[in-house]
Amino acid sequence: MNVLNFINDFFSDSANWHGTTGIPHRLLEHVEYSLLALLISAVIGLPIGLFAGHAGRGGYALAAFSTAARALPSFGLLVLMTVWLGEIGTTPAMIPLVALAVAPILVTSYEAIRSVDPAPVDAARGMGMSSAAVLFQVEIPAALPLILSGLRSAAIQVVSTATIAAYIGLGGLGRYIIDGLAQHTYGKVVGGATLVAGLAIVTIGVFYLVERLAVSPGVRRGR
Amino acid sequence: MIQIDSVTKRYPDGTVAVDELSLEIPDGSITVLVGPSGCGKTTTLRMINRMVELTGGRILLDGADIHAQPVNALRRSMGYVIQNAGLFQHRTIVDNIATVPRMLGWDRDRARKRARDLMDRVGLDASLAKRYPYQLSGGQQQRVGVARALAADPPVLLMDEPFSAVDPIVRKVLQAELLRIQAELGKTIVFVTHDIDEAIKLGDMVAVLRTGGKLAQYAPPDELLSAPADAFVEDFLGTDRGIRRLSFFTSAGLELTTAPIIAVDSSAAQVAERTKASGAPYLLLTDTDGKPLGWTGPAAAAKGGAALSVAELLPHGRPFVFGKESLRDALDCAVLSPTGWAVAVDDGGRVVGVTSQTTIAEAIRGAHAERGAAGSPSASAKAAAAEAAAVDPAIAESKAAESKAV
Ligand SMILES: Nc1ncnc2c1ncn2[C@@H]1O[C@H](COP(=O)(O)OP(=O)(O)OP(=O)(O)O)[C@@H](O)[C@H]1O
Ligand SMILES: [Mg+2]
Repeated sequence: MNVLNFINDFFSDSANWHGTTGIPHRLLEHVEYSLLALLISAVIGLPIGLFAGHAGRGGYALAAFSTAARALPSFGLLVLMTVWLGEIGTTPAMIPLVALAVAPILVTSYEAIRSVDPAPVDAARGMGMSSAAVLFQVEIPAALPLILSGLRSAAIQVVSTATIAAYIGLGGLGRYIIDGLAQHTYGKVVGGATLVAGLAIVTIGVFYLVERLAVSPGVRRGR
Repeated sequence: MIQIDSVTKRYPDGTVAVDELSLEIPDGSITVLVGPSGCGKTTTLRMINRMVELTGGRILLDGADIHAQPVNALRRSMGYVIQNAGLFQHRTIVDNIATVPRMLGWDRDRARKRARDLMDRVGLDASLAKRYPYQLSGGQQQRVGVARALAADPPVLLMDEPFSAVDPIVRKVLQAELLRIQAELGKTIVFVTHDIDEAIKLGDMVAVLRTGGKLAQYAPPDELLSAPADAFVEDFLGTDRGIRRLSFFTSAGLELTTAPIIAVDSSAAQVAERTKASGAPYLLLTDTDGKPLGWTGPAAAAKGGAALSVAELLPHGRPFVFGKESLRDALDCAVLSPTGWAVAVDDGGRVVGVTSQTTIAEAIRGAHAERGAAGSPSASAKAAAAEAAAVDPAIAESKAAESKAV
């Protein structure tokens, strides 16, 4: 039996399309975890990255923090958090995901603001724009493609890593992979993995659309 | 009036960029800060809108210390134009220009209407309004930069090498446009450049700074050229300042003759009579409208005006606009003319007379003698020069080309 057969069997089994263990439900759970983790990471990472970039300070600290955060093994962190917090729930699952996602968001948003052409920023200050207005009306619109690319890579990492939530008894697409491994039903494993990959591609598509809508044509240019 | 009163700027690293500088910048005129690279021009300019905070002395705007009001309010009362325009890439041209009015709380429609008025004022075609900055040429972007600085009608305009990043032809056009706009608006302009020719062309007053941020000379350009304060200023002015100073002398008093001028439809007899009367070795042939066609020798002319083919004529070179362009332009025409005679035309390009190098040289001597007694040049000479630049066909052409370019 080859992989395509696994995939075919998995997706054509109508039992896989219904109820709380069905694909729609698992997919929804996975999207929920991912969105929540991304939201928390953005709420932490964006303001710090953007303001640090605007002030031109804290670059080394951010880089060091991000390297450290990237070095943390997500799975190890998950187990540690579960033991430490003594509970099974979304909180221990969120912590490793956020730790993973916050690093690219922080670093890219910082770098994005730092790499904005200094001339318009100088002109904006010279015409009497407040510091916040300079950030929100000049720097962020110009830096938006890079900021979005940071969010996008964070989102893709979260989507693929959110499978580990299944280890601590949560739902999501990780269920298929982990249960499939335990039960030696490889169709499930491959089917789950395919869904995760598909979701990652959809994520890329969503970010493409967001960029089309949010980034000014004057900044997007020939890109 | 902006009073710079023994102002010093010492940067945190100990560099003294400006040292005890005192300048009085009069209202409604262009004051140019010029000097070699690193002499503190930008620093001085940026201390006026507090983009750089001074470390000694004070700056007064209409008698009040610029530190007396909130910094952003001060900056909103001063237009600021920088070298590469510094346009906001994410905003359309019209919205770039509307920035300051919007900051001042104007509603969008009023701000955009104002922006469109300004596009017209700085010579930008209305069709560019919805474009983004990257879709404009460098010269057009710089015009947008000027329009944006003028949008809220600030009394003061600070310009830091605004034209140094564009090619020489476009620069010439932009300089002429600035003079034209200034003639209409009468702003108090502080203009930074490292180009002494630009300083002389644009400045009502020119402050020459030397390295270390010290004032070397502060004078009207004519005085600068005729009486440089020291060797540094003289050196900075360059070699041909005698010639350059001639651009401050009007050609209005120049003696012209119409004797060697013949129309293309004159008869052979008329030509012969003219040749004899003028005693000049050449005759200037004009078309029936009075526009110059070229010079011709008497032998050829004897055949009669109508018999002459234009191809046989010597070129008449660029004529000068009599009374509007300067003695420098007249001399230039004479020097470049194959016959040594300069052709004077009116606004419509019709010949009003011709003049020889000898006559121009006499006029120069006369002007020097008179200027020595009269002192500094009149403002009207500058305005006339600006107008002359505006009617210069070469400039008009390159301007048209530029506004078409994308
Ligand atoms: N932020 C700064 N910190 C330290 N020194 C500075 C700073 N800005 C400028 N300087 C120094 O101050 C001096 C004057 O600089 P400024 O930019 O005013 O010169 P400039 O006349 O505008 O030169 P240019 O024609 O090259 O633009 C220079 O020696 C420069 O190196
Ligand atoms: Mg400078």
